[in-house]
Amino acid sequence: MINYDVVVIGGGPAGMGAAISAKENGANVLIIERDDKLGGILNQCIHNGFGLHYFHVELTGPEYADRFIQRVQELQIDVMTQTFVINITADRMLTAVSATEGIVEISAKAIVLAMGCRERTAGAIQLGGDRPAGVWTAGLAQKLCNIDGYLVGKNVVVLGSGDIGLIMARRMTYEGANVIMVCEVMPYSSGLKRNIVQCLNDYNIPLYFKTTIAEIVGKDRVEGVVIAQVDDRMQIISSTRKYVECDCVLLSVGLIPENDLVNGLGIKMSPVTTGAEVDDYRHTSVEGIFSCGNVLHVHDLVDNVSAEAFIAGASATKYAKGELPHGQSYRVIPQNGVRYALPQRIIAGEGKVKVYYRVDNIYKAPRVVVKCNGEELYSRRYMIMAPGEMESVELDKEKIVGDVVIELEVQQ
Amino acid sequence: MNITCINCPMGCQMVVDKIDGVVTVKGNTCPRGRTYGIQEYTLPKRMVTSLVRVNDGRVLSVKTSDSIPKDKIIHCLNSLKDVIVAPPIHIGDCIVANICNLGVDLVATKNIL
Repeated sequence: MINYDVVVIGGGPAGMGAAISAKENGANVLIIERDDKLGGILNQCIHNGFGLHYFHVELTGPEYADRFIQRVQELQIDVMTQTFVINITADRMLTAVSATEGIVEISAKAIVLAMGCRERTAGAIQLGGDRPAGVWTAGLAQKLCNIDGYLVGKNVVVLGSGDIGLIMARRMTYEGANVIMVCEVMPYSSGLKRNIVQCLNDYNIPLYFKTTIAEIVGKDRVEGVVIAQVDDRMQIISSTRKYVECDCVLLSVGLIPENDLVNGLGIKMSPVTTGAEVDDYRHTSVEGIFSCGNVLHVHDLVDNVSAEAFIAGASATKYAKGELPHGQSYRVIPQNGVRYALPQRIIAGEGKVKVYYRVDNIYKAPRVVVKCNGEELYSRRYMIMAPGEMESVELDKEKIVGDVVIELEVQQ
Repeated sequence: MNITCINCPMGCQMVVDKIDGVVTVKGNTCPRGRTYGIQEYTLPKRMVTSLVRVNDGRVLSVKTSDSIPKDKIIHCLNSLKDVIVAPPIHIGDCIVANICNLGVDLVATKNIL
């Protein structure tokens, strides 16, 4: 049996951030990572645009990861790589399988969940047609390309205009593939405007909205796809079916927090984020278990992941020392156009608390209003808000004396 | 010239033209759009990130040390085909100096030891 104050599961940006802040606050810390090195998905994100908020320079993914890896090493934080946690109990006993040690039992005073998210697959979206080789999730294609040096196709159709799909459209183009089109079932893209311009428009790759892949065609290998438009109820319009020849389909159709490990623990989960519900210390409903990064809710900027991880790590140390504040807590209730807000609960106290939230549609000139017991704590008008861009608001905790409502006021 | 602004989700559709030697921007909602429109019209630039081969079969991720003119991207990428590097390589190491005479270097973004 090994004992630690804080055990962090996952060695990506969330796990490293949590471990660093836990250690800096005086805990002895272990990071458990299933890959053979730290860094997580950042290692395969070789494009730039990371770190503008946190480091004030634009870095590539591996560069952003390296700065955290160096800090983990400086702080002499224990790391077990090639180790996969297979069970956690409510009294914070972990069972892990290590490539070098075999089965390992670890006892933790506090646990930080930082396992990230995984991609929705062809099965998850019930993609129709044949099941040949050549259908990849965009992130897996990215790993095969950028880490292992394989190009997964030469004539590519991308389904979904999330940022990974857009980034991969450009990446495949750079490596000599012909990216024929990107299909997006929604009437708008969930990706950043910058990525639509710099990954698609720059290379004349067309983006078709309200369009999906109705059918994959191919016996052994993808030979083509049938694309079709969808109506307002997301049903395929048969008359618009069109065959497009290709040898590869990339799916960028959403990310799901990877919470399977904690399924049996009774952690209260949010049906919207599919991650845990947490308070402002990123404490879940199960004592001593914290959550941060994409396993908590899917982020669009790694800088926000790091910020959240620092909170979770520091809180885990406080918990391990018996210093974590608890007591009266108030709910944060999203409504009228706000899809979710996080944290879901705020512990009464002093200082500031930052609430992150996403809207549920594209809104022009909305006013964001935060109220507590009918009193307006904050309001701000935005020119535009979109589901793809997480927003935040900082509140004074002294003023939170009841449930907090965050909502949009939209002019007709 | 039609340009989509990238500064915010608004994505203003701007029309940029040169009239009597002066670049004019229409369709922008804010000053950031105007600045971006003029830059995109006069000399659009991009950072380029890609891969080069390592002599043991692995790949090394690289980036240009600064942005390069957009119309030189494909030329720059084509020149990477013949680049083969030998470890050890550290983040920030110069892989190709003054690539394609563009006045910027190609640098490593990953450690290969």
